[in-house]
Amino acid sequence: MTIALKQIDDYRWEIPQTGDMRVPGIVYASSSLLTAEDSQEAFTQVANVATLPGIIKASMAMPDMHWGYGFPIGGVAAFDWESGIISPGGVGYDINCGVRLAGTSLTESEVRPKLEALVNALYQNIPCGVGSTGSVKLSASDEKQVLKTGSQWAVRQGLGEEADLDHTEDGGCLPDADPSEISERALDRGRKQLGTLGSGNHFLEIGVVDAIFDQDTARGFGLFEGQVTVMLHSGSRGLGYQVCDDYLALMNKLSHKLEFRLADRQLACAMIGSEEGMSYFRAMSCAANYAWANRQVLMHHSKRIIENILGIGPKNLGFRLIYDVCHNIAKKEVHEISGKTQTVCVHRKGATRSFPPGHPSLLGNYRQIGQPVIVPGDMGTASYVLVGTEKAMVETFGSTCHGAGRVLSRTAAKKASKGRSIHRELEDKGILVRWTGRSTLSEEMPDAYKDVSQVVDAVHGAGISRKVARLRPIAVVKG
Amino acid sequence: MIYRRIDPTADCGIQVFGKDLKGLFENAGLALFDLIADVSLVKPGFEYPVQVTGSDWADLMVNWLRELLHFWSGKELIVKKIKVIEIYEYQLSARISVGAFDAAKHRLNHEIKAVTYHRIQVTNTPIGWEAIVILDV
Repeated sequence: MTIALKQIDDYRWEIPQTGDMRVPGIVYASSSLLTAEDSQEAFTQVANVATLPGIIKASMAMPDMHWGYGFPIGGVAAFDWESGIISPGGVGYDINCGVRLAGTSLTESEVRPKLEALVNALYQNIPCGVGSTGSVKLSASDEKQVLKTGSQWAVRQGLGEEADLDHTEDGGCLPDADPSEISERALDRGRKQLGTLGSGNHFLEIGVVDAIFDQDTARGFGLFEGQVTVMLHSGSRGLGYQVCDDYLALMNKLSHKLEFRLADRQLACAMIGSEEGMSYFRAMSCAANYAWANRQVLMHHSKRIIENILGIGPKNLGFRLIYDVCHNIAKKEVHEISGKTQTVCVHRKGATRSFPPGHPSLLGNYRQIGQPVIVPGDMGTASYVLVGTEKAMVETFGSTCHGAGRVLSRTAAKKASKGRSIHRELEDKGILVRWTGRSTLSEEMPDAYKDVSQVVDAVHGAGISRKVARLRPIAVVKG
Repeated sequence: MIYRRIDPTADCGIQVFGKDLKGLFENAGLALFDLIADVSLVKPGFEYPVQVTGSDWADLMVNWLRELLHFWSGKELIVKKIKVIEIYEYQLSARISVGAFDAAKHRLNHEIKAVTYHRIQVTNTPIGWEAIVILDV
């Protein structure tokens, strides 16, 4: 069945409530973004999510949406904490996959002469690619501390600064984490992989701030034009995958307990208050904390490598964390719905939190400025820093987009890149790339993604976050 | 042909064939590892028993491939041979032989990260059994 969208305004489209849908679907996009071939499959998934119990207001999708497993990627859905469900498919396999951005006090001309040495050193010293193991070897009891305390664990080990915690979503730790809800298999995988980037679309990137759209906010975030930045994209590695898979299996096994029909097995879920619902929430929180610790470790090592190669000390490098966001997560949050405050479970799968100035969850100086939203683009174009808005609180449970969003499947991208040297094309643009996987570069080439600027213009236009700065990549390490 | 790729609409999908259920499940497991690495170069090492259950054939297929994938993602072992000993509604027992993956000698083809329920299908056809499985890469 083809789903026809009803235009609400320039940036919102409704999927009308039909059949088993409990609420309508709302797709955020500009008309030019709605031409991707696989959109129909994603629309069906938005409609499927709308059938789940306890869903509030609407099943939403951000402009970088594309089809995923169960929930679409770019999906946002909030469920009532008392009467709603929680779903591993609404979070994704890579729990707390996210992005972290740091600023330096250097400009491009100070880094360019040593850029090749720098990208080589990062590539050689940051474990990446399939099967890589980390620089941090964890004992079983250390691992439990990582799962319970996230970024705090890393900072206590001297892998970062206390100030980093204020500049990490939720301080880099979800409080409900309980390692006893994690399987031996997940623990096993987690012990070996802390401090590894991973493969696929995960990356480490040196960039330059090449446009500022909002001077005051940029200054508040510590960004200035021409500034060299470091961004990394990684998640909870094998541990997160195992947690997702374990709970998908469990919830499928128990799906007969649900009093409704699942539109898709990958939407397997449990009532939040049920034993298995709470177990998943606690296990997912552990994986989220692991991911924050992982990014904290990775960023700290990157900083050391940069100091080494450039031959400068911490003072001259001026390295500081701007922010760390997660974009695959389910959160317990309080939102105002029809004038009343309500505790909800917000699923953001390929979507980023976008909290406005004044929100009590924001720490340090960001309480006044608003939350930085980091939106990485493909490796040849640009990335953006946005700021959260009040309108996001009103419309999208404080959520916005997470990246460019795929338009080509990995196989299609590989086909489209035949006969081309993606690495040379990027080098011609002044971007140095190092990678491990045989097909990583073609699968991740710029043409495989939507134009991130169009995605960002759509969320800016819709008012669910506001443009602050644009970054241009100059060196990329891919897993 | 024991399987073919059906990628256009998915990142990595396979359509697997078998003359009976035993054959289908064996071939699905072999297809999974054929996608991961060049299995012929891997030396066989140990044998393991594997037992899985499911709520129907499709669920059994996902659980079976999940269990096999764990040999790779959890232990870096490549499954080389599979013998399904017994299969009935809805459980199976099998013996598999595995070999260690050596990054210096063996080429990795695809990093299969998970076996999904997306579009999962196990069907009885006039000429045997067939399954569609979408793998997360």
